[in-house]
Amino acid sequence: MLINFDSERPIYIQLAEAIEDNILKEIYKEDEQIMSTTEISINFKINPATAGKGINLLVDEGILYKKRGLGMFVSEGAKDKILQKRKKYFYESYVLPLLLESKKLYISLDEIVKMLERTDNNE
Amino acid sequence: MSKISAVNLTKTFKDVKAVNNINLEIQENKIYGLLGRNGAGKTTLLNLISSRLIADSGRIKLDDKEIFENQSMLTRIFYMNEGNLYPEGLKLKDIIKWTARFYPDLDISYAKSLAEDFDLNLNKKFKKLSTGYQSIFKAILALSSNADIIMFDEPVLGLDATNRDMLYRYILKSYSEKPKTMIISTHLIEEITDLLEDVILIKNGEVIYNGASESLLSSYTMVGGEEGEVERYISGKECIESSTAGNYKTAVIKLDNSNLQTEKNQYEELEFSRPQLQRLFIALTR
Repeated sequence: MLINFDSERPIYIQLAEAIEDNILKEIYKEDEQIMSTTEISINFKINPATAGKGINLLVDEGILYKKRGLGMFVSEGAKDKILQKRKKYFYESYVLPLLLESKKLYISLDEIVKMLERTDNNE
Repeated sequence: MSKISAVNLTKTFKDVKAVNNINLEIQENKIYGLLGRNGAGKTTLLNLISSRLIADSGRIKLDDKEIFENQSMLTRIFYMNEGNLYPEGLKLKDIIKWTARFYPDLDISYAKSLAEDFDLNLNKKFKKLSTGYQSIFKAILALSSNADIIMFDEPVLGLDATNRDMLYRYILKSYSEKPKTMIISTHLIEEITDLLEDVILIKNGEVIYNGASESLLSSYTMVGGEEGEVERYISGKECIESSTAGNYKTAVIKLDNSNLQTEKNQYEELEFSRPQLQRLFIALTR
């Protein structure tokens, strides 16, 4: 797992998102174990309480679950849950910033649509 | 339990109040950052906690028992400081044994393995070491001490980037394996921000903040934009710092930043961000 922490948001939220990204990319598969709090803490040089807070966020959402004495595992259906959640925030996280930036650059809505179609065709 | 509490603590040097009526609680098993500018009173506070200095007035307790000159209390606290208290000419391995007499739980074999990891030859004499290796050796003693409370005063003084990185990881490892209270006093704030759970900010001998690092970081917001726009926006808000370059004004204001998107949507002409600990430190201790 590679994380470039920035100072824009709390570290535990960035950690939770990075774990989610890895589940989306199926680097962490369902029912597979993820790094322990201690490993995360030492690896990314973050306070263990912060690491625990990030993991608990995902436990509360049912994305991770704890196996007693073993560690943290990816829940069944975790990927779907993350997909649903991320889609809900897609507008806020991606569309809105895009619109704000385009306004700053005087790029019209038409131009944006053309860019999107161009990218889509190239794929 | 190992809770430290300071009550009405004062220490004066000539006419300077280095520690000015401090009331402070340090909870057990947390990693604290003790942050303050040069001369703010950080070292004096640590010296008072470890009984190396006598307070003019006030008290320091560990679990409601007076610490001062109480040997059984003092062996629970390990203080790594800038000074050198070791007998001249003693070899490092002998200093380890010597320290183990005061700290019976000191893990000598762990100290040896850490020395190996840091490439430090224990047959050397302390005074022959470079500043960086003196710091490393003192940090090794601290990490091997198995004390309930470890206080580090400038632990990375003179260390290169690789050794600093390694030391931070060993601090976290030691804490994860056996939770303990760690107090780290340093000027390299950016490097240790993410290691800390709580922060104690001191300014002119007084505590101006003692609490979760995350709460401190989330309660201020940086706002930037055209001077007039920023001034309109911050009027009536508590502003702790501002600067202007050309027409562009930046200000740090007291505003919770957990939902900046709302502000961004409402004030499209302004830029908002969460401040870094170092930036807040500069604004709050200026």
